[in-house]
Amino acid sequence: MKTYVLPAIRLTLIFAIFFCAIYTFIVMASSMLVPEKFSFGKMNNGYYYSIGQKFSSDKYFWSRPSAVEYNAAASGGSNKEPSNPDYLHSVQLRIDTLLHYNPDIELSDIPSDIVTASGSGLDPHISVQAAMIQVPRISKIRKISPDILKKTIKDLTEKPMFGIFGTEKIHVLTLNLALDSISHF
Amino acid sequence: MVQELLGIVCVFFLSVVCSIPLGKYISKVFLYEYTRLDIVFNRLDRWIITLSGIDATRQMTWKDHVKSLLYINGVWFFLSMAVLMNMSHLPLNPDGNPSMSFDVAFNTSVSFITNTNLQHYSGETGLSYLGQLILMLWQFLSAASGITVCAVVFMAMKETKSEAFGNFYSIFIRSCTRILFPLAIVTAILFLFNGMPMSFEGKDSITTLQGEQQYISRGPVAAFTAIKHLGTNGGGLYGVNSAHPLENPNYFTAIIQMIAQTIIPMGLVFALGYMLKNKKFSRMIFGVMTAGFIILVTPTIISEMQGNPNITAMGIQQTMGNMEGKEIRFGSGLSGYWSIITTVISTGSVNAMHDSFMPLSTMNQLLAMMVNGFYGGCGVGFLNFYIFIILAVFISGLMVGRTPEFLGKRVEAKEIKIAMLIALLHPFLILIGTALATALPDYTTASLSNPGFHGFSQILYEFTSSSANNGSGLEGLGDNTPFWNIACGIVMVLARYLPIIGPIAIAGILANKKYIPESNGTLKTDTATFGLMIFAVIIIITALSFFPALTLGPVEEYFSLIK
Repeated sequence: MKTYVLPAIRLTLIFAIFFCAIYTFIVMASSMLVPEKFSFGKMNNGYYYSIGQKFSSDKYFWSRPSAVEYNAAASGGSNKEPSNPDYLHSVQLRIDTLLHYNPDIELSDIPSDIVTASGSGLDPHISVQAAMIQVPRISKIRKISPDILKKTIKDLTEKPMFGIFGTEKIHVLTLNLALDSISHF
Repeated sequence: MVQELLGIVCVFFLSVVCSIPLGKYISKVFLYEYTRLDIVFNRLDRWIITLSGIDATRQMTWKDHVKSLLYINGVWFFLSMAVLMNMSHLPLNPDGNPSMSFDVAFNTSVSFITNTNLQHYSGETGLSYLGQLILMLWQFLSAASGITVCAVVFMAMKETKSEAFGNFYSIFIRSCTRILFPLAIVTAILFLFNGMPMSFEGKDSITTLQGEQQYISRGPVAAFTAIKHLGTNGGGLYGVNSAHPLENPNYFTAIIQMIAQTIIPMGLVFALGYMLKNKKFSRMIFGVMTAGFIILVTPTIISEMQGNPNITAMGIQQTMGNMEGKEIRFGSGLSGYWSIITTVISTGSVNAMHDSFMPLSTMNQLLAMMVNGFYGGCGVGFLNFYIFIILAVFISGLMVGRTPEFLGKRVEAKEIKIAMLIALLHPFLILIGTALATALPDYTTASLSNPGFHGFSQILYEFTSSSANNGSGLEGLGDNTPFWNIACGIVMVLARYLPIIGPIAIAGILANKKYIPESNGTLKTDTATFGLMIFAVIIIITALSFFPALTLGPVEEYFSLIK
């Protein structure tokens, strides 16, 4: 008993100090050295770059549906299986809503990401197609020509890293900030 | 589409490329050979040994190793319970989160000291920062104890004839300081440069561009996430784990996290080759594991990228694949790949919600955990594979009509009995647990979030994940009830310690047997033929025991989807 328990307790306490305090301190100290431009935390304008925001107003490009209404203090997905009837019903409702607010688009133009909820409920991106289908609506409300909007989307499209790592996507907050700088509404 | 796949293949090759030199380094750590880091770590280790009053030179028998492991794990359990049940009175609690009740604290403590990281609480609201730090400690220590028991078995396999081999504490300290600590520092710094927070401040509140209030939880994310993957733990700081934009901000951090969780399990296989001076043997093991992995991962990626036929039927585009529960920055292909990496290697971290995956993907995730030896968790993955090797040696021995031998040692009845018991324990715990949960609908039905076959899959997944010490879940399951907390807790304890004790016992018994030099009649264990034999054993054990259960869950779900 004594040969095993006492050393076990002492070793545990030493490692508690080593990992909880020393390791944590080293990482904390290194975080001070990270230059601002790499820090995706809080941006100068007070927003978090990584955290998606809820955009449901028709003057902005909408973000993806969220199971937690973009609450970044209680992240979560829908956890619904692919053939759950409630889930399929809510996707259908989102499609109908989207068509109602964007009457100029065809059903077959809608990409699935804009009517399905993300895993975290905080997805900051949408697909390029999801931005494109919102162009006619925004253009009408903000009275900006669709060509300018399309060009903005094209300029802000993030390409995959080295062409193979990742997906083509749009950062919704950046796009909407750009939109506000074109015409303040 | 093709580019996305190319990227995934590159990630896999990067993992292998990183793990070979790491394997060489690990073998040096286990063999007490010189490395360049010795200048720092020799002194550090001496301090730790002196302060803790350990006899780090005593050679231990297999029973001593098991005792050392169990006693120190016992200490961790009590310390963990004490902290988790009193968090609200302790410092580092800026958000004022409550203490845990007994059953959640029991589940969480067991879950983290057994390297499972099944989480029945949600990080943002269920833990103070002190709670997070203590769980991070277990992430280091449980991974190190897995690596240690694996090293013990490696050393036993090297012995020509001896009862005692290696010192548990000494290898344990070396695994912590020389393997996990430096890797974690490097990984955490890479994370910091990609925008992961490292802060002990409470929730932040901002006004969004649209003019609404948004709360944002912070925390020591970079430090926590580094060891979460390196130690194949998988428990996230946030509720949604690595799907959270602060816990996994971009594709680059996703690559780092996937490589981080694979390098130690893969590295250990290569380390074995360096230690036994038999690279062919470790290549054979790596080949079998990789074949199994590819068989599971390929259909998963395909079925996720094809998308959900129910959504296609609504008439909209599904070029990005099945996006429910997935993040745009990762895409469906990578999320499919991640879901299998995290289940073959008992990590259990997720970057997409497994509940919303297609039925075939769910089946592959379950199969990955049911085998639990294709790479497997830190150290313990190899131990599970070791059991399959012993069984394959025995069966091939019977087929050719010779006394089975493994690395010059005769494998006899006692070892086979232990191996068989351990091989059957995993199906026993999963199937009995699932049967119990379905037989007690009063305790379980209310916690299922999906009707029909998928509800059954949720139960099966929870027990499989507990028994594989994996920790992922079909998170729609409302599992924070006394029934789930206690049942899963018991399964995790049995499924962690017995499959460690078994292989150590077998290796210990074999180490003490007389060495028989190789002759013409010896069954060669480093050939592709023997690899195929191991593969067959794995398929027979998992297929025979699990297919009826899989048929009731994901298989039925698949057929009802395509009707």
